[in-house]
Amino acid sequence: MSAETNGPLGGAEQTFDAGLPQRKRVAVAWHTLFLASTIIGVIALTALLYTVINQSFGLVAVQNRIEPASLAVDGVPLAQLTQEQYVAILQANLSPGVFRRYDSEQPFTERSRENLYALVLERVVQPRYVKTWPLIAAFFDRAAIETEVARDFPGAKLVFRSWVTPDFLRSPQASAPELAGVRTAILGSLWTILITILTALPIGVGAAIYLEEYARASWATRLIRTNITNLAGVPSIIYGMLGLAIFVRGAEALTSGAAFGLADPTTANGRTILSAGLTLALLILPLLIINAQEAIRAVPRSLRQARYGLGATQWQTIWRHVLPSALPGILTGTILAISRAIGETAPLVVIGASTFIVVDPNGPFAKFTTLPIQIYQWTSRPQPQFRNLAAAAILVLLALLLTMNTSAVLLRNRYSRRA
Amino acid sequence: MFANHQPIVPATIPAPNGEYAIEAQGLSVFYGGFRAVKDIALKVRTRKITAFIGPSGCGKSTLLRAFNRMNELIPTAHAAGAVLYHGQDIYAPDVDPVEVRRRIGMVFQKANPFPKTIYENVAWGATINGYRGNMAELVEQSLRQTALWDEVKDKLQQSALALSGGQQQRLCIARAIAVKPDIILMDEPASALDPIATLKIEELMRELAGAYTLVIVTHNMQQAARVSDVTAMMMLADSQRTGMVIEVGSTKTIFTRPKDKRTEDYVTGRFG
Repeated sequence: MSAETNGPLGGAEQTFDAGLPQRKRVAVAWHTLFLASTIIGVIALTALLYTVINQSFGLVAVQNRIEPASLAVDGVPLAQLTQEQYVAILQANLSPGVFRRYDSEQPFTERSRENLYALVLERVVQPRYVKTWPLIAAFFDRAAIETEVARDFPGAKLVFRSWVTPDFLRSPQASAPELAGVRTAILGSLWTILITILTALPIGVGAAIYLEEYARASWATRLIRTNITNLAGVPSIIYGMLGLAIFVRGAEALTSGAAFGLADPTTANGRTILSAGLTLALLILPLLIINAQEAIRAVPRSLRQARYGLGATQWQTIWRHVLPSALPGILTGTILAISRAIGETAPLVVIGASTFIVVDPNGPFAKFTTLPIQIYQWTSRPQPQFRNLAAAAILVLLALLLTMNTSAVLLRNRYSRRA
Repeated sequence: MFANHQPIVPATIPAPNGEYAIEAQGLSVFYGGFRAVKDIALKVRTRKITAFIGPSGCGKSTLLRAFNRMNELIPTAHAAGAVLYHGQDIYAPDVDPVEVRRRIGMVFQKANPFPKTIYENVAWGATINGYRGNMAELVEQSLRQTALWDEVKDKLQQSALALSGGQQQRLCIARAIAVKPDIILMDEPASALDPIATLKIEELMRELAGAYTLVIVTHNMQQAARVSDVTAMMMLADSQRTGMVIEVGSTKTIFTRPKDKRTEDYVTGRFG
């Protein structure tokens, strides 16, 4: 035993113990490094949420073209007038042409009181957001903002406003930031995703079943499997090119609906929801196949053998055992792939998403816009109010993604409890 | 190109009769290039219990699975030679392995009931094989044959996974006999069970032997001695680690007067 003692246990052997403090220092260094990575990640995420939320709520200076107070009739405030009085106000303040146009859209006599009031607000009062301030400024610089409004916008009213409102979800896209909403974009996203699921799920699961259960091990199957994995890593804009070439241009007769006599006369080309859905389906197909293959592979072999042992055919075993057991795993992966597709922008830009649509999409052959496209379009507008709209739309998109991912987690938990 | 199994109508497999239910002739089983068992010549007597004994890794399970083409579920496995089932080679090209497996059932080492109700477990095999008789009757009869009826008759609609290990294994046997096989292969059916459950399985085997031909693999010498009528001793017979049957005889002979020195060493526990 060495005479050297360097620990409370004493009598340490020189051969082993010399490096222990050194090893511990290395461990601490790595520990710190990992902690730092985590902290950086958390900071980045917090910064993202901070920016989005900061822009989604805040103060706005509202300036009305005509003050509602001046529209009061005999001391009755604007909000409590009768239908006839609203029509009178409209007639007095709108040009005769505009007035007739509204009347021919829906006769004033048939319009509800709420509808007329909204029309008066929109066309006569015409509130405009002359300036906006984000959430943090609203809290900490309130006094400075109030002085600024009083100085620069006399007559404007300072209001706290959430940009995410039920109206924001219900209204279509509009050129005025006060009125614009995400309704068309949400519907476009949902239609596109519906087509993506209907196409990608059966094809993906079918391919996975074939590769896992039927295909024999040969160089050809190995080549296919490797390539599917590689395809999952191809940048999404490449899929956009592919979709443009195949669906928008190549199969225009089909994707525009012309072949079925359903073509939307305002598009007259293949830049439709159908093309977008099919392109996104191509994009997530490799992910779906890989994931379904793994889910199928995870099905216990013992039950499979038991079924074969009872004289089940291969198809009976797949249909009655493998698929039901793999289904929760397949669904989890599908939802994750779908949430990737919902957030995709680049391929849709390439295949020609419209950036300004005010009409709800009415089927697979309609022109389309989606939430990310809408966000992209709003962020590129010069008016600062559109940045608030973009932030609000990002919150809507995040909520949508979070809902989907939560359902994926719930499915997975249910699956692991059963297994 | 597509399925591994050709869905060709099988050559008529004759009804069970005769002295031997199944017979291996010059049978070898390969996993890829590796030969796991070779030169198996073995006759299994009808309505008797035949036990395969031998050290681990000598190919007992491989041989057992060759008797109902279960090895084919492993992609690289293939067999050479013949297995005659009442005179018909089950490896002949026009025989469908699905048909073979209905007639030659299998019970596994670890009880593997389906995550369904007890009733559905027993009825499953009959359903997928297109059974047209009275299903409730078939389920009751199968459960009675495995002495499980009295224990489960009030909870047929409960999950099979709630049963004890021994009950689960007897349920798996009931499930196997519900498709009316005439041979049942059992791969160490009691090795995961406690002694009392094991005893029940052994009693059950003795009862089933009146109606079915049983082939079992066991690591338990006493079990082979207690239960089986015929014992086949297997061993790694050459330097390539290939398993062979080195001695077959009535269980009494194998355990009292074996001819082969290696058998004697193994059954008396002297085997290294």
